[in-house]
Amino acid sequence: MESKLSGHAHKFGKNVDTDVIIPGKYCNLVDPVELGKHALEGIDPEYVATMKPGDIIVADTNFGCGSSREVAPIAIKGSGTGAVIAKTFARIFYRNALNIGLPIFECPQAVEGIAPGDEIEIEPATGIIRNLTKKAEYKAAEFPPFMQQLIDAGGLVPYVESRLANRSGK
Amino acid sequence: MGMTLTEKILARHAGVDRVEPGQIVNVNVDLVLANEISAAVAIGVMRGIKGATTVFDRDKIALVEDHFVPAKDTQSAKIAKLMKDFAIEHKITHFYDVGRGGIEHVVLPEEGLVAPGEAIVGGDSHTCTYGALGAFATGMGSTDIAAAFVLGEVWIKVPSSIKIVYNGQLGPMVYAKDIMLRTVGELGIDGATYHAIEYHGTTVDELSVTGRFTMANMAIEAGAKNGIFHADAKAIAFVEERTDRAFIVERSDDDAKYVRVINIDVGSLEPQVACPHTPDNVHPISDVTREDIFVDQVFIGSCTNGYLDDLRIAAKILEGKKIASNIRAIVNPGSQKVWMAAASEGILTTLAAAGCAVNTPGCGACFGGHMGTLGDGERAISTTNRNYVGRMGSPKSEVYLASPATCAASALTGKITDPRVVQTVLA
Repeated sequence: MESKLSGHAHKFGKNVDTDVIIPGKYCNLVDPVELGKHALEGIDPEYVATMKPGDIIVADTNFGCGSSREVAPIAIKGSGTGAVIAKTFARIFYRNALNIGLPIFECPQAVEGIAPGDEIEIEPATGIIRNLTKKAEYKAAEFPPFMQQLIDAGGLVPYVESRLANRSGK
Repeated sequence: MGMTLTEKILARHAGVDRVEPGQIVNVNVDLVLANEISAAVAIGVMRGIKGATTVFDRDKIALVEDHFVPAKDTQSAKIAKLMKDFAIEHKITHFYDVGRGGIEHVVLPEEGLVAPGEAIVGGDSHTCTYGALGAFATGMGSTDIAAAFVLGEVWIKVPSSIKIVYNGQLGPMVYAKDIMLRTVGELGIDGATYHAIEYHGTTVDELSVTGRFTMANMAIEAGAKNGIFHADAKAIAFVEERTDRAFIVERSDDDAKYVRVINIDVGSLEPQVACPHTPDNVHPISDVTREDIFVDQVFIGSCTNGYLDDLRIAAKILEGKKIASNIRAIVNPGSQKVWMAAASEGILTTLAAAGCAVNTPGCGACFGGHMGTLGDGERAISTTNRNYVGRMGSPKSEVYLASPATCAASALTGKITDPRVVQTVLA
């Protein structure tokens, strides 16, 4: 993960579901760049046209609810979005985002404090979120230790590789 | 302190005596499921895992072509072929191509691939359906599924359980779908996030296995990790008719700990409708029908309500009648076996004669994939499980969720209709 993420905020409400993140008709796509062209099309058809690489999605509770489609976080990442900050995430989306390396942060204070267009800077290692426009600072919830280990290892794939190596070593 | 059904299944599959909610455990799984959408990404991930040359067990993976089938376009054909080639390469025992399976969650129980006490993960959020038979089953994304293909295990955070107790006798034209819509309305769409929903009570004891599939299926609509029933004689008979595999029937301990207990009396429950645009925007039909809500499309099918019992209900209401002239109705039997049974009972002919388009099994219409996509400004009433913005097509369309009876009654009139009214007219 990069040492610092920065971009402008795009705000969304509660329960941004996977159907609006990547509408079903695009779910036969696999390529992240192609998927990225349609990120959030169901809720904001202008999102991809107006966002700049590195920009940050800031949403209320239960972000990513609905289907298990991994193409949802892949589309967000593929659009060039730098991170998602939300009050809470839906369970499967949370897992998928970490697995594919889309930085996500749970931080209700940041969501309350950030306005659309605010310039945001995040230190993934510490979970510190800075609102440069409002000169405010917030701290994201820490990941559970097991998940932090997965993140530090570089995601689920290296973890699986090490489990496989351990088995064949037995 | 005792353990819940979910905790017991997870403990046994993790090889430990007990687990606590919140604990992260490595769980050995009995079955890993994928469809062509989740498999397409999972196969790519698996190819990138160093040392992953084979799957963990070719008998414990189920691959079902069901989302964009029969292939909608060349891109859909590409991902279908990707999964088929993978199935051939790894000699996957349970591969279901078009015409041999149907919707994954209808097919797997039907083929005896799900039994009580088993732990199942699938690359589809409605994998939770199998909780109807007393299994722990949960949906995951493609990377987790790729890991499960290779390792035969997944890491799982043990969920705490919400116990819901249903009592009372269902009134006429009130079904499992109505109970579950009411439940999602009560919990809210994130009301059970990270939790297991455990279904109890005399009402669900009386329900058919089909009704339990409908209810377990929509546990995810409240955000739950899994929904689970205790396997009773009905569930065990269903499984034993389909497999000789040995299984272990677990029960929650009397002193198991629940984070929440909810009592729902269904005695006065009306048919329920989830209005746009969330599955928890649930209202009794008498409120919804206060004004005329005309529809363009009626859809009957899906992993929620594509079972033979569901088609029987629809056929009974539509028999000898015509659907309203200004609408279309689409019926999707849940599997090839459901299709054939419905054909031999004359149900498909009854529905077709009423003016319904009877499709081949598949998921397409439910998620706006194909075979029933809604256009701008169109409105549908559907037996499916989600009604988010654009779920069945255009972001400018609307979806109402209801039971097969309510949908069939609405097909007759062209507007959202209380099936009890139609029943009275029929009588």
